[in-house]
Amino acid sequence: MEQVIKPSVEQVIKPSRKLRKFSIGQFLTMLILAAFAIAILYPLLWMVISSMKSYNEIFNDVWGLPSTWIVENYATAWSKGISGYFMNSLLVTSVTIIAVLIIGSMAAFVLSRYKTRWIDIALIFTIGGMMMNPQVALIPLFNILTNLDLINTHWALILTYIAYRLPLTILLLRGYFLSIPKELEESAIIDGCTEFGIYRRIYLPMSVPILLTTIVLTAFFAWNEFLFATVFIDSETLKTIPSGLMNFRDALRTDWGVLLAGMVLASLPMIALLIFLQKYLVQGLSEGSVKG
Amino acid sequence: MQRRKFNIIPVLFLLPSIALLLVFVYIPLIQNFYNSFFDFSVFSQTKTFVGFENFKNLLADKAVSVGILNNVKYAIISVILQVGFALVLAYILEDKLFHRVAPFLRVVYFMPVMISISVVALLFGFVYNPQMGLLNSFLELIGLENLKEVWLGNPETAIYSVIAMSQWHSIGFVTLLFIVAIQKIPKELYEAADIDGAGKIRKFFSITVPQVREAIFVNTLITITGSMLVFNEPYILTNGGPGFSSTVLSVHMYQTGFVKDNMGYASTLAIIIFILTAVLALIQIKLSRTGKDD
Repeated sequence: MEQVIKPSVEQVIKPSRKLRKFSIGQFLTMLILAAFAIAILYPLLWMVISSMKSYNEIFNDVWGLPSTWIVENYATAWSKGISGYFMNSLLVTSVTIIAVLIIGSMAAFVLSRYKTRWIDIALIFTIGGMMMNPQVALIPLFNILTNLDLINTHWALILTYIAYRLPLTILLLRGYFLSIPKELEESAIIDGCTEFGIYRRIYLPMSVPILLTTIVLTAFFAWNEFLFATVFIDSETLKTIPSGLMNFRDALRTDWGVLLAGMVLASLPMIALLIFLQKYLVQGLSEGSVKG
Repeated sequence: MQRRKFNIIPVLFLLPSIALLLVFVYIPLIQNFYNSFFDFSVFSQTKTFVGFENFKNLLADKAVSVGILNNVKYAIISVILQVGFALVLAYILEDKLFHRVAPFLRVVYFMPVMISISVVALLFGFVYNPQMGLLNSFLELIGLENLKEVWLGNPETAIYSVIAMSQWHSIGFVTLLFIVAIQKIPKELYEAADIDGAGKIRKFFSITVPQVREAIFVNTLITITGSMLVFNEPYILTNGGPGFSSTVLSVHMYQTGFVKDNMGYASTLAIIIFILTAVLALIQIKLSRTGKDD
């Protein structure tokens, strides 16, 4: 349907060409693009608008704007539980990120710099962890954590999150570390730099983009992880946002405005982080060809 | 001096990773295989050896075949939409004709990715709500009342409603990955095709598809793996119901283990999930290491 378009040099240069060349095929394509955009935007917009409506208004007038914008829904959601989940998620996520960055980069450093039979085995061991999925380990992990007396503590989440993020992190970081020129470290060694110095003063500062990618991917995983958070944490006061929201829904029953306000609040930190670091995420992903 | 350092640093640096992976990844895997030959419950320390009994039960368990079938449906639909449609979408967005709207649309399509799946699932509870839901209200609005449906309560539509939500959530992200891949294609290839008088569809199949084939392959693998593992979406939206019509392997495993307290059989279900995904992951690891090693 669009076979007719053969832009000549003249057409490429002239910016007004799109007005003349708007064929039916393009019109239909545009229509589909717009419909898809609305299908995505509308539910999100609805969530934000309805978070300031009362139950009756949501139920009886799905599309309408609120007669009074009940901003207090947000304060109610925050004080009725979201604040606790929020702080728990913040704690678990930050500790996980810091630990994954330190432990993962140390392992990747060694795995990219040394070449022995043992290093090869260690490489297969660490990256081979990608074959395992949290689902498969759920039941044994529950037993192990119970035996270690860690069940129903934040450590149950933090330690398992770190372990399951390490393989991907090491894979991404090692790939990046391999591209760091050897001359840099050679001159550093001549200047009397220790191994630890090379790691801290050369490798880490030179890998900021991939470290930021790791931060985004890890943050995203830890903030949103649902299965472990549901199974390993029982106390209401220790729950993170994903599992807490389910309690929140059950406790509120029909207080939909407050529930929706809680959902918006739960989403804000990741939206902020992704907007802030989007460039690095895309860059890192395209280099590693991996999806979180 | 030099020698001593070479020996100690690798060990110190690798130790934390290896210890964590051993305790929380590999030992659970081995233990899971071991557990699958026993019958036990969460808090009892006594395990009864049952041999291959759990594996035999798999065959008689209707929820397993329904679950696997749902996982496969998930995979097929996701590959068509998250690989096929997303690639076309990326190609269109990279087309000069749409360069004015493309940056805006890219951001819009990417938006759902930023929202946690548990929030998305709760939101779609409202979309699919039979009384006030957005979907039914919309159908009423455009005069298609007869298509109205109890989306999550009907065994025929439940799993498809869950799958549809996943597509809504993920298409934008894969599209972005394809956009990045398409931007790496040398412009000369398209210019040469222009000179030959190739149309857009022809250029898509002759240049874009072959040039991004590695991204297509990786995304297909990841999408299939994700479909075999999917848990949150069906668990939050339908909990596998009505009956077990929208169950998937991992939801069935969770319910068997932590609701019905039949841990041995749940471990056996976990093995099925492991086998289905480990092979795919192995291919992916092999692939991502090519070119990075010297």
